[in-house]
Amino acid sequence: MRYETPASAKEAAGLLKKEKGAAFLLAGGTDLLVKLKMGIVEPDLVVDIKRIPKISDIQSSAKGFTIGAAVSGAELGEHAGLKKAWPGVVEAANLIGSDQIQGRATLPGNLCNASPAADSVPALIAAGAKAVVVGPLKKRTVPVEKVMIGPGKTSLAKGELIEAITLPKAEPRSGDAYLRFTPRTEMDIAVVGIAISLKLERGVIKKARVVLGAVAPTAIVVAAAARAIVGSKLDDKALDKLAAACSAACNPIDDKRGTIEYRVRVAGVLAKRAAKIAFQRAGGSL
Amino acid sequence: MSKSTLVSTTVNGDAVEFACPADESLMTALRDRVGLTGVKEGCGTGDCGACSISLDGRLVCSCIVLGVEAEGRSIETVEGLSQNGVLHPLQQNFIDHAALQCGICTPGFLVAAKALLDRNPNPDESEIRYALAGNLCRCTGYDKIVRAVQATAKDMRKKGRS
Ligand SMILES: Cc1cc2nc3c(=O)[nH]c(=O)nc-3n(C[C@H](O)[C@H](O)[C@H](O)COP(=O)(O)OP(=O)(O)OC[C@H]3O[C@@H](n4cnc5c(N)ncnc54)[C@H](O)[C@@H]3O)c2cc1C
Ligand code: FES
Ligand code: FES
Repeated sequence: MRYETPASAKEAAGLLKKEKGAAFLLAGGTDLLVKLKMGIVEPDLVVDIKRIPKISDIQSSAKGFTIGAAVSGAELGEHAGLKKAWPGVVEAANLIGSDQIQGRATLPGNLCNASPAADSVPALIAAGAKAVVVGPLKKRTVPVEKVMIGPGKTSLAKGELIEAITLPKAEPRSGDAYLRFTPRTEMDIAVVGIAISLKLERGVIKKARVVLGAVAPTAIVVAAAARAIVGSKLDDKALDKLAAACSAACNPIDDKRGTIEYRVRVAGVLAKRAAKIAFQRAGGSL
Repeated sequence: MSKSTLVSTTVNGDAVEFACPADESLMTALRDRVGLTGVKEGCGTGDCGACSISLDGRLVCSCIVLGVEAEGRSIETVEGLSQNGVLHPLQQNFIDHAALQCGICTPGFLVAAKALLDRNPNPDESEIRYALAGNLCRCTGYDKIVRAVQATAKDMRKKGRS
């Protein structure tokens, strides 16, 4: 195995593209190096992005935030501005693993590992996050929901990598939240994850995005669930409609950590709770 | 087997060089090449925290860091906790509170607990339990570990004031 530390994202893309054998990008390594140690992957080349200048920075501007691809969960949690603007995204990222894992785990790593249960992904999608994708020749920006296309599969071409994740500026009177259900409180994989981001106008929900994780092969945007609460003040009737729409959208697996019936039911319950948190964060009163 | 790369680091304040293959974990390099066997291998996959170290001031599992990633970085291990033969208050309190039995998890708990206290000198019980959730112990049942960390926080706050 060879190990390279390119000085730019473009150089990293070139190295990945050129490699004839198995080539992997290394960010925090909390998925990749576990697979390496378990013999699930046998890389010929590992390209570590962490020496690229600015790749560990969080930049904020009038347009929003640009989060470099090597920024760890712990660093996201320490950024007061980001936490204030997108508390749901930060709480989702901070749920990943232990403090030790937080010291290394990145958002693009969580996304590109492409687990259906990845915690940060629903929150990023609900927030309207985009991935800045760099290839050997060109750069493109894609909505996060277009990156993962199935368990372990992404839409990135050979040689492409994510250089940064961007988040729009949070609108006034908006709020987001992420909740997951796990059998253990910590160090477990979501049985259901739900992210909701919404905006209020005169106390009424004007816009919403509802995204479920861990209940289908990829995170899913549930338009019917958003419609269920738009135009409401999150009264009980709207909450029941939201829960029903979320449960109806589930297409989960059946495993030792949660049966299909259980996951479907929990999706509705968690949706109500997450909606209330997002609503209150947006300044709404229940 | 990959060929070896020379890696220059600072370990517990001293300049340390080691040569390791690119696919070797930092845990293995620290244990077998630098001789710091306080870094323990429990699971080897990031779940148990026995291999916890601080890398440029961040708590990480060294079993899922490559040795070559440590080039130019600063590492702290459990061996760096005691100063001039005097145990760190955490170490003393682990002994006083019987917070260890077989001891394989202990270095990881000490390093993780130190990271917590550096960041939060006055953690409550639930903060301690969350901060140590990445460290597994099969012997003690955790309670005594939590008590030892609480006692240390108290001691260190007192000392900080006097
Ligand atoms: C003990 C433990 C607990 C965990 N708990 C959770 C949890 O609670 N929730 C959860 O969602 N996950 C969890 N994980 C999984 C993992 O920590 C996360 O998915 C993490 O976000 C991965 O990020 P990373 O930077 O470490 O990725 P890496 O391991 O570096 O990379 C993961 C994959 O993505 C690719 N990749 C990385 N960065 C990029 C990029 N910029 N562009 C293109 N491809 C890229 C890599 O090539 C690799 O295939 C856990 C892992 C461990 C070991
Ligand atoms: S040996 Fe590293 S976490 Fe278990
Ligand atoms: S003392 Fe034996 S594992 Fe903790």
